[in-house]
Amino acid sequence: MYAFTYHRPETARKATNLVAKVEDAKFLAGGMTLLPTMKQRLAAPTALIDLSTAEDLRGVELKGRNIVIGAMTRHFDVANSQIVKEKIPALADLAGMIGDPAVRHRGTIGGSVANNDPAADYPSACMALNATIITNKRKIPADEFFVGLFETALEEGELIVKISFPIPSKAAYEKFRNPASRYAIVGVFVAKKGSVARVAVTGAGSGGVFRPNRLEAALTAKFHPKGLDGLSFPAEGLNTDIHADAEYRAHLIMVMTRRAVAKALAK
Amino acid sequence: MPKVSMVVNGNKVSGDIDSRTLLVQFLREELRLTGTHVGCDTSQCGCCVVHVNGSSLKSCTVLAMSLEGANVVTIEGLAQDGKLHPMQEAFRENHGLQCGFCTPGMIMAAVDMVNRKGSNMDEATIRHELEGNICRCTGYHNIVKAIADGARNMAVAPQAAAAE
Repeated sequence: MYAFTYHRPETARKATNLVAKVEDAKFLAGGMTLLPTMKQRLAAPTALIDLSTAEDLRGVELKGRNIVIGAMTRHFDVANSQIVKEKIPALADLAGMIGDPAVRHRGTIGGSVANNDPAADYPSACMALNATIITNKRKIPADEFFVGLFETALEEGELIVKISFPIPSKAAYEKFRNPASRYAIVGVFVAKKGSVARVAVTGAGSGGVFRPNRLEAALTAKFHPKGLDGLSFPAEGLNTDIHADAEYRAHLIMVMTRRAVAKALAK
Repeated sequence: MPKVSMVVNGNKVSGDIDSRTLLVQFLREELRLTGTHVGCDTSQCGCCVVHVNGSSLKSCTVLAMSLEGANVVTIEGLAQDGKLHPMQEAFRENHGLQCGFCTPGMIMAAVDMVNRKGSNMDEATIRHELEGNICRCTGYHNIVKAIADGARNMAVAPQAAAAE
């Protein structure tokens, strides 16, 4: 790891003031991706702005028909939040499937969403639940937020403050994980709100998380695993790597979507 | 160089460190607490697991500077008055190790697991909870037995709580 100067502001406002002043500064959330990347010298910011003491970025609240989660809320705290478990159990489930216990104690929702790893779990929940990413500058719908591999709509120095999730009537997340890294080879989040079904797929797309329109239309017509009968998913545009090829991932998308719908209906 | 202070195994410690010092480097190189190991250095293997403010963390993937004022417990902090912690004793009794390299992280992860899941965990729970700790020798069988045993013994041993 190359040397950097270290800052630890106590509030989100101080953090964003700092990032505007200090040249080539990066925010440090849980550090579960940034620190390993810096160790490998793939990232070398000259300054880190550690958000771990910014208490105003943490916590889970019920606001009307939404659950609002602070960016620095740890995966462990989302997985064990009474409010999340009661209102969007699928989201608590998902948080409890990330990494391993020690990683969940440190990693944060804001860090995961800002990083937009193509195999991360949270981006799929944000898209399927039609979440809004709230930054220090604006509100960004999830559909516009995730731009590509490790790319988001965030501008230089923009900070995720919280994420607002509308409460669905039914939702579930199913993940086929790589047994070594525990990242999703394919993860599918399904949600039903009113009469509309939304589906988001992580781990599979060469451009990162995406919504499979045809599956959404089929599930909006009939929110049941049988609603997907006769459908298949094309392998074009899906990832091929040492873990799985595109055809296998295409098959898994259908399997995981059916399982997720069954799980959502069972709740 | 910036200064960091924390409590490690009940002792107040501080050091003038480079900002990029990882917690595991601070523990091993500054404090000479070499029981915490570095296995993979990529947050996969769990050899470096310690407790920070009561929860397990991978000390190879957190900056020491981030833990100003924190309460840290390492493997050296478990035994009390020369007597092994019940989880350490269970690993010895059940031969829950071969080379021993992963053992400090296994034991710290195991104690954290008991703190969260209670003293009566079934085998499936223990194996699932161990997903962040890798052992290249044992095949895990005796580790799982040791954790089940240690968990039961922690319920009756008052010192288990004192170590935290």
